[in-house]
Amino acid sequence: MGKENRRAVFILMICLGIFPFFIRSDYYLSIMIFIGINAIIVMGLSLLMGYAGQISLGHAAFFGIGAYCSGVLTVKLGFSIFTAFFCGIFLSTIMAMAIAIPTLKLKGHYLAVATLGFGEIIYVIFNELLEITGGPSGLSGIPSIHFFGYSFKGGWRYFYLVWTVAILLLIFSLNIIHSRIGRALRAVHGSEVAAQAMGVNVSQFKIQVFVLSAIYASVAGTLYAHFVTFISPSTFSLFVSILLLMMVVIGGGGSIWGALLGAGILTVLPESLRAFRDFDILVYGIILMTILLFMPEGIFKGLTLSLIWMRKKW
Amino acid sequence: MDEEKMVMPQPILETSRLRKIFGGLMAVVDLNFKVMPGQIKAIIGPNGAGKTTLFNIITGILPPTGGTIRFKGREISGEKPHRIAQKGISRTFQTVELFGNMTVLENVMVGRHVRTKKGLIQSGLRLPGVKREERLVLEMAQEKLEVVGLMRRANESASGIPLGEQKLLEIARALATDPQLLLLDEPAAGLNETEKLRIGEIIRKIRGSGITVLLVEHHMDLVMNISDEIVVLNYGEKVAEGTPEEVKGDEKVIDAYLGVEIRYA
Repeated sequence: MGKENRRAVFILMICLGIFPFFIRSDYYLSIMIFIGINAIIVMGLSLLMGYAGQISLGHAAFFGIGAYCSGVLTVKLGFSIFTAFFCGIFLSTIMAMAIAIPTLKLKGHYLAVATLGFGEIIYVIFNELLEITGGPSGLSGIPSIHFFGYSFKGGWRYFYLVWTVAILLLIFSLNIIHSRIGRALRAVHGSEVAAQAMGVNVSQFKIQVFVLSAIYASVAGTLYAHFVTFISPSTFSLFVSILLLMMVVIGGGGSIWGALLGAGILTVLPESLRAFRDFDILVYGIILMTILLFMPEGIFKGLTLSLIWMRKKW
Repeated sequence: MDEEKMVMPQPILETSRLRKIFGGLMAVVDLNFKVMPGQIKAIIGPNGAGKTTLFNIITGILPPTGGTIRFKGREISGEKPHRIAQKGISRTFQTVELFGNMTVLENVMVGRHVRTKKGLIQSGLRLPGVKREERLVLEMAQEKLEVVGLMRRANESASGIPLGEQKLLEIARALATDPQLLLLDEPAAGLNETEKLRIGEIIRKIRGSGITVLLVEHHMDLVMNISDEIVVLNYGEKVAEGTPEEVKGDEKVIDAYLGVEIRYA
């Protein structure tokens, strides 16, 4: 994955490793946990959008499938957390394939439309299957995660759990990007016809990446469900899908680091705008617009470019 | 075994009654032609003669309306482009189709895709073998850049280099797929005289390494200079075929290019 990336992952690991030693407040720890959860989904989306050039408007649904699988199977059916987790991944994989195989064989933005519909269907299912999902009032009493008698209940323990998963998926994603698969994906983005002529099976890779990103979202869903222990459909609505998409765009589509940054910024921003009271949405909108006006390729690229510029100047 | 015993070598590419119709337009009309292994064969003809369409059919981007294409004796018409690349046909494009979001070197590395096979999971987990394959891809790509003389541009963005070099990069990328047959779609378009000479040299070098070349080109000096055989197309039909000398003197060819003189009574 390249020397620079390896160093960056190492630095990130150290920063995250010492974070709970300095910040003890449960509030900040839980924000960091939400950043980790969002980052997992956004990394998957970034592979799909930034590298393969496909747009999904339904990733909140995969996030929800992961969360509800974990929730329903552990609460109602007494499954172990592990089994429920893999059931979520399995179900997301099947659903993702069912959407991707017919739509990704076509050219154009069919995936965006199909995932939009899919997201709405799943949202309705979460709301209407009252006996199973608890409907609009949600599902509560989801157990917190424990392995071999060790419980991940405390804020800092869960923080380490979430970020361990996030870092592992980060390394996995970086490995993919710096391999023939990553090159093939970028090639598809650059010129589909040339990619085919070079022997890239375009639809196969698009499908694979879409399924992979759905799995990322499902993993995040499980982590979310066991952290907040209560889930309701509103967490998995179209608005959330769009928010996740915004995280990719704000961070910068063509980079996994941008995905992390985007997840971080858009998770923290609403929290830090509380001081503006009723005007928070307004300020939020202005900030997003400013970022996109001045850094159309995302914050990560924008910051890198301004760093280079500053180095030249001084 | 039988094939080896035959005295006449088998054509590497052979079309028979190949036809492509777009709505009411006959782009390729019952075309029969052969390319023998080791040849440099050129397809010439006025604009709209169906040359690029023919390339798109051979490489599987467009399905033919009728007829067959055989590559090394096997039927390939109707196969997906990536399958055809795998079988050993590679190409360049008339309007440069580089991966502008990647470096020059990475572009050539993509060309190696078809000859490597580590999948998503293997690559993501960096399982044993991935690193070795990656190193081989890199070495191979550098070698191909050397062939077209673009090594010094390796780490530049592919969209940032001059057109002449982009054309060369497309050739390097196509070579990285280890083709047996290379289709060049107007490799000299937009190039100056020196660059044109260089392209000629490179095409000869490619043939020298055992790759058969089929090219579409408008620059007649280059075509006459390097081709063993020429096919002349007009309105999708073959009007002449032969060595450069034979084609040059053919009346129908002159008609196709200059138009038929209308005699007024």
